Amino acid sequence: MSALYGVMAELADEKALLAAAREARDAGWSGVEAYSPFPVEGLAETLAPRASRLPFFVLLFGIFGGAAGYFLQWYTAVISYPINVGGRPLHSWPEFIPVTFETTVLFAALAAVIGMIAGNGLPRLRHPLFDAPHFDLATRNRFFLCLRGDAPRFDEERARGFLESLRPIRVIEVAA
Amino acid sequence: MSTTPVTRRDFLKLAGAASALATGACTAPPDEIVPYVKPRAIADGIAQFYATAMTMQGRAVGLLVQSDMGRPTKIEGNPAHPSSLGSTGAFEQASILELWDPARSRTLRHRGVPATREALAAEWRRTLAALEARDGEGLRILTGYVGSATLRAQLAGIAKKHPAMRLHEWEPLHRDNSLEGARLAFGRRVDCAYRFEAADVVVAIDADPLGAGPGWVRHARDFASRRAPQSMGRLYAIETFPSITGSMADHRVALAPAAIRQWLLGLDAALRGETSTALPLVMAAARDLLAHRGRALVIAGESLPPAAHAIVHRMNARLGAPGNTVSYLPPVSGVACAESIKTLSEDMRAGRVRALLVLGGNPAYDAPSDYDFSGALAKVPMSAHVSLYEDETSAACAWHVPRAHYLEEWSDATAHDGTASIVQPLVAPLYGGISVHEAAAMLEDESASPRELVMRALRLEGDAWRTALRDGVVASSAPTPLALAARDVAFTPVDASGWTAAFRPDAAVHGGEFAPNAWLQELPRPESKLVWDNAAYVSPASASQLGVKNGDLIEVSVAGRKVRAPAWILTGHADGTITLPLGYGRERAGPVGSHVGFDAYPLRAAATPWDVACTVTREGGARALAATQLHTSMEGRDPAKRMTLADALSGHAAAHGEKPTESLYPAWPYESYRWAMAIDLNACIGCNACTVACQAENNIPTVGKEEASRGRSMHWIRVDRYEEGGAVLHQPVPCMQCEDAPCEAVCPVGATVHDSEGINVQVYNRCVGTRFCSNNCPYKVRRFNFFHYSAGPGERPVEGSNPQVTTRMRGVMEKCNYCLQRITRARLQADKEDRRIAEGDVVTACQAACPTKAITFGDMADPASAVAQVKRSPRGYTLLEELNTRPRTTYLARVANPNPEAGP
Amino acid sequence: MSSEVLRGRWGYASVTDKIADLVLRRRTHWLWALGFGIAGTLTLVFLGGIVWLFAVGVGIWGVNIPVAWGFAIVNFVWWIGIGHAGTFISAFLLLLRQKWRNSINRFAEAMTLFAAGIAGMWPILHLGRPWFFYWLVPYPDVMNVWPQWRSPLVWDFFAISTYLTVSLLFWYVGLIPDLATLRDRAHGVWRRMIYGFLALGWRGEARHWARFETAYLLLAGLAAPLVISVHSIVSLDFAIGNTPGYHSTIFPPYFVAGALFCGFAMVLVIAIPMRRFLRLEDFITIRHLDNAAKILLATGLLVAYGYGMEVFTAFYSGDEYEIAIALDRMKGFYAPVYWTLICLNVVVPQILWWRRARRSVATLFAVGILVNIGMWLERFMIVESSLAHDFLPSAWRPFIPTGWDWAMLAGSVGLFALFFLAFVRLLPALSIFEMRELVEEEKEGEVA
Repeated sequence: MSALYGVMAELADEKALLAAAREARDAGWSGVEAYSPFPVEGLAETLAPRASRLPFFVLLFGIFGGAAGYFLQWYTAVISYPINVGGRPLHSWPEFIPVTFETTVLFAALAAVIGMIAGNGLPRLRHPLFDAPHFDLATRNRFFLCLRGDAPRFDEERARGFLESLRPIRVIEVAA
Repeated sequence: MSTTPVTRRDFLKLAGAASALATGACTAPPDEIVPYVKPRAIADGIAQFYATAMTMQGRAVGLLVQSDMGRPTKIEGNPAHPSSLGSTGAFEQASILELWDPARSRTLRHRGVPATREALAAEWRRTLAALEARDGEGLRILTGYVGSATLRAQLAGIAKKHPAMRLHEWEPLHRDNSLEGARLAFGRRVDCAYRFEAADVVVAIDADPLGAGPGWVRHARDFASRRAPQSMGRLYAIETFPSITGSMADHRVALAPAAIRQWLLGLDAALRGETSTALPLVMAAARDLLAHRGRALVIAGESLPPAAHAIVHRMNARLGAPGNTVSYLPPVSGVACAESIKTLSEDMRAGRVRALLVLGGNPAYDAPSDYDFSGALAKVPMSAHVSLYEDETSAACAWHVPRAHYLEEWSDATAHDGTASIVQPLVAPLYGGISVHEAAAMLEDESASPRELVMRALRLEGDAWRTALRDGVVASSAPTPLALAARDVAFTPVDASGWTAAFRPDAAVHGGEFAPNAWLQELPRPESKLVWDNAAYVSPASASQLGVKNGDLIEVSVAGRKVRAPAWILTGHADGTITLPLGYGRERAGPVGSHVGFDAYPLRAAATPWDVACTVTREGGARALAATQLHTSMEGRDPAKRMTLADALSGHAAAHGEKPTESLYPAWPYESYRWAMAIDLNACIGCNACTVACQAENNIPTVGKEEASRGRSMHWIRVDRYEEGGAVLHQPVPCMQCEDAPCEAVCPVGATVHDSEGINVQVYNRCVGTRFCSNNCPYKVRRFNFFHYSAGPGERPVEGSNPQVTTRMRGVMEKCNYCLQRITRARLQADKEDRRIAEGDVVTACQAACPTKAITFGDMADPASAVAQVKRSPRGYTLLEELNTRPRTTYLARVANPNPEAGP
Repeated sequence: MSSEVLRGRWGYASVTDKIADLVLRRRTHWLWALGFGIAGTLTLVFLGGIVWLFAVGVGIWGVNIPVAWGFAIVNFVWWIGIGHAGTFISAFLLLLRQKWRNSINRFAEAMTLFAAGIAGMWPILHLGRPWFFYWLVPYPDVMNVWPQWRSPLVWDFFAISTYLTVSLLFWYVGLIPDLATLRDRAHGVWRRMIYGFLALGWRGEARHWARFETAYLLLAGLAAPLVISVHSIVSLDFAIGNTPGYHSTIFPPYFVAGALFCGFAMVLVIAIPMRRFLRLEDFITIRHLDNAAKILLATGLLVAYGYGMEVFTAFYSGDEYEIAIALDRMKGFYAPVYWTLICLNVVVPQILWWRRARRSVATLFAVGILVNIGMWLERFMIVESSLAHDFLPSAWRPFIPTGWDWAMLAGSVGLFALFFLAFVRLLPALSIFEMRELVEEEKEGEVA
């Protein structure tokens, strides 16, 4: 079975997909993937109930960015290049705040985007699904539920039977 | 300051050799030569100073010229010279640019074709041989006022050899009226030397003794010495044009020339005891003068007719002035210029002149318009003109001879009080010029060198010569003042109605001789702040009568001759009179000075050199004029403060309003020197000497008219002019060197920061040109290189620049830094001697030049320093103190000393 | 049935095809080509100006002493203001769950990016030595010198670069699913490769969508204060200075309101012709324009309040310099500018109180144009009139722009248009996946 990426049902709308995902979960299927042209509410929670760590990651980077920004200003103005600028103290902390704010936001934003892309395993320009017939409609108007072939206790016949029971438009075999 | 005689002589030998090499070649060298100098000077790079003198209209100001590795770079006044006392004016300062001006003539020409000195000498030999039979009849020499004993001796020698030859003199800004007035009063021509320090009351009648003419630098110093509140004198000015003297007056009346003559007669009558007159200020001034007998002085301006001068001499005699506040000296000239140039013109036209040598001057441009000098000159078969530039007269003469600059020649000069001094060359002629002495020597078969001629003329040799050379003055050479009795002279002024045109020298280009000088062209005129132009100055009332605003063209015509000029409105100008500054509209004044402004000389006839009845009409169109200051009202903000003498004497503080004392931040500690400056507005006369001195010291470029009109002048110290209630205040504004500098905090790259001694320094290399610092400078003292000005036309070549100051590229900000290089120079010397920098070791360029010593500079950390003491004066105040920028530069308020009897 | 924010009967497929085909199938319209030609010509003028500027110096502009900041700074503030609406729409309206946002956020964000990018060029062009602009960046160099952190220009540098980066990320993240749509619908190999490369292999898996939505929401949360901070910091370039007319604590909110005002005006100026020529009236409905007009009215009132407070604080402070500058603006050299901007920014938007005006496309377009001009004049007035009339009367001197000033301003407008015209041909002008969401929310999905 190693030549098989999975078996996939093509569904007509988001309600069908959500229902199918729930049935697959309730039926104890593992390695379930759902594809939709827009985010479907409740779908991800159905398939992966664990909360995302992304917000924590973003917070961490934001704090780091702010601290680094402030440190850079303090170090360069007080330690590395101390000079009398208009009679102001070397450590003019109120005037260091804007840059600190900006570095906080910059690092947090970068963390959010990089975290999202990396967490999603992207970029991945080649993928078995892209060779599957009709999958190009996943970014248009069709909804897909895929049972992964590499899941433990995967059985192609059972999977096909389960997917057929969902009354899909069609069931597609996805080569690895 | 000066070197030992031995090394000095070595240098002179070498300079002489270089000079011989340069001028002895068949053609002038294609590039300027840089003369060889003593290896020691090259090695340590320390500037040397040499004493010399610069002559204008026959009277000289003694100078010390800085030579950096053999190159003259900066001019200072000679403290030992009576006309300088260490100060200079703008012309002296700007003459360093004239020396280096690449537009100066480099080629001896015969009818436009390059020729050799030998060819010229041969031509003279032929010409003189032909004239020999008639004792030299037909040979003429035209000079300006001759202040050099050497040249006088040479001319006398030529006259002896050619008894039938004639000498002529022409100065466009001649002193015919005063010299003739003296003759009327005393029976002989004399020059007057004024002693302002001895005068409690001075009445200046259409005179500008503080702003122009022989001795003005000294006058200004002496005048300022009597402006300290404890010994304050009083000045009355009655004048047509708002002059520098008028701006300093405690009482000033603006009158048309004809009315001024009436006023003078009124004063004369009042001094004689008549007790009623309708003329303003006459009775008060007369009583004031009479109350200060022996300490009073009346000064008549050159524009007054001879008889008026004679009356003023009589007044001074009555007031006990001679010997106290005025002394009479042998005159600069024994001939009347107008008469002399008239004879020459007529003789030339009649073909009686066979050969003419013109030593300096530019008569083809500035001779009286009724004589058609150039037309007559064309009839002279052999004519030669020795001049710095190929000017209008050079073009009209057969031969043009490039003249050596005064910093390149041996000569001698006479101070305003008659003191003699030696003019010594600092450099071999850069452009192959020859001195007037060498030119004159061609006519007398003289083989002695110019230096020997000078020694002979001054009768100096040996140690006396060397001492005089070193000191810049010939000891006790001032003549004894003449004791003369003034006669009564009748004076009946002609009544005038209608418009009067008045001719005045321009504050920057003078009679036109400085037109090629970009520094002077760009020097804001004290009265109008105009640059790169002259304008027909009118009073606001006259302007509305004519229906003109600034820049509108008017046509002024005198006896059929017309001049079109842009009008400029001056408050304080007399109504009904139009002042036309001379010296502009030149055709051949190099790339800088040609076709700038309008030429007023065509209206100026020999008989009416200073004012003449004219008709004025409004012409269509306007001319864009460039002014560096557009707003002269203080708007109630009092940046330049005034106080009464009573307040000043009682110790009232000039600063008023709330003084901010608290700061959000702790004060930055300054542990060593704290450089600071104080500027006394009571002394500043607004002459601009500081501005040019700063320009020369700090390699400040000029920007040209177009850029100046956009507000992009580069002067690091500007002199603001405020007019308030009839008073004029001059306020020099350099960088304030704020301790809590607003400019520094906003620079994103730290290109402007403080040094450890409190100077706000500009790091040119670091500057990216955001210009935020300038925006945030409340004093607007920062200057920006919007283009690459330092590479522009009219600048000194790099050899002539101050080697201790970087030239700035485009895109960077610059500003005053208290002559940081001078502080460094003093520090090096002090470090070598293992001591602190002493008081007086550092003199900023503006401070050094200032004729009135209005600027004090030094270390305010030392409570005994002059600057610390001056700052403690109750007259002291800080510009825009409420902003709490804590400037190091502060001011002393102006004090007014009006006559309580005179009314407002 | 149709709702106010989506007109007509649209399904997932048809909405996808409609928007994607604008890029993939639609032939070049002659008006587009004409516009592109004009914009290209203006861009060349801009480039020519930059070349001449770099060759001889900033003296080609009318800047002087005292007015050392000229059009470059005026244009900078104006463009950065225009560059506010996009991120504001995307971030704030997302956080506030305004569904009318979905059809306008994409092009508004593009507008933001182009405007902010052009804005970012101006401070560099403004420099006396622009080739050293990187000295504002903190990097270790041999001279051991660093930026001077007390300068608002350094804050500005960080604010603008952060804003540009975050806006670009926000825009790009939002584009990823649409790029995948284009990849899947494009025919040419090159197009598929390019869109495919940019889509990073997006497949639309449920967990991916979840992370995507989290990240998008976090970005919105970060971008929202950032939008406020950027113009606040830009305003500090002035407010930190001591120049009368600059030194005012009201500047940050006043500038932010002005930026949104100007930005929404630009949204209208762009949306109105775009919906017409790309036939997007069903997606960008009158309701959208009406909402934008309401924001325009609201921010306009804030700006008017700002004008009022500026004058009030000047007199209330009793500071003679502030009073003088307030009076000078009304009566001095720049009085015509002041009264024109009051007319354009305060009087003209009041027409939007009328529902009829808010629903008249022509009126809204005209108001948008006028407000943009008015806001440019406002920045001109703040920057120039204050400097021309500060503390010492001797230094007063007006700023008079040169031909280069005008040419480069026009050139930057051309560059903006060029970017935008290219954008509508190369990328989906509306967010396709969010339109599909909208279709879903409208419960009128057509099942194909």
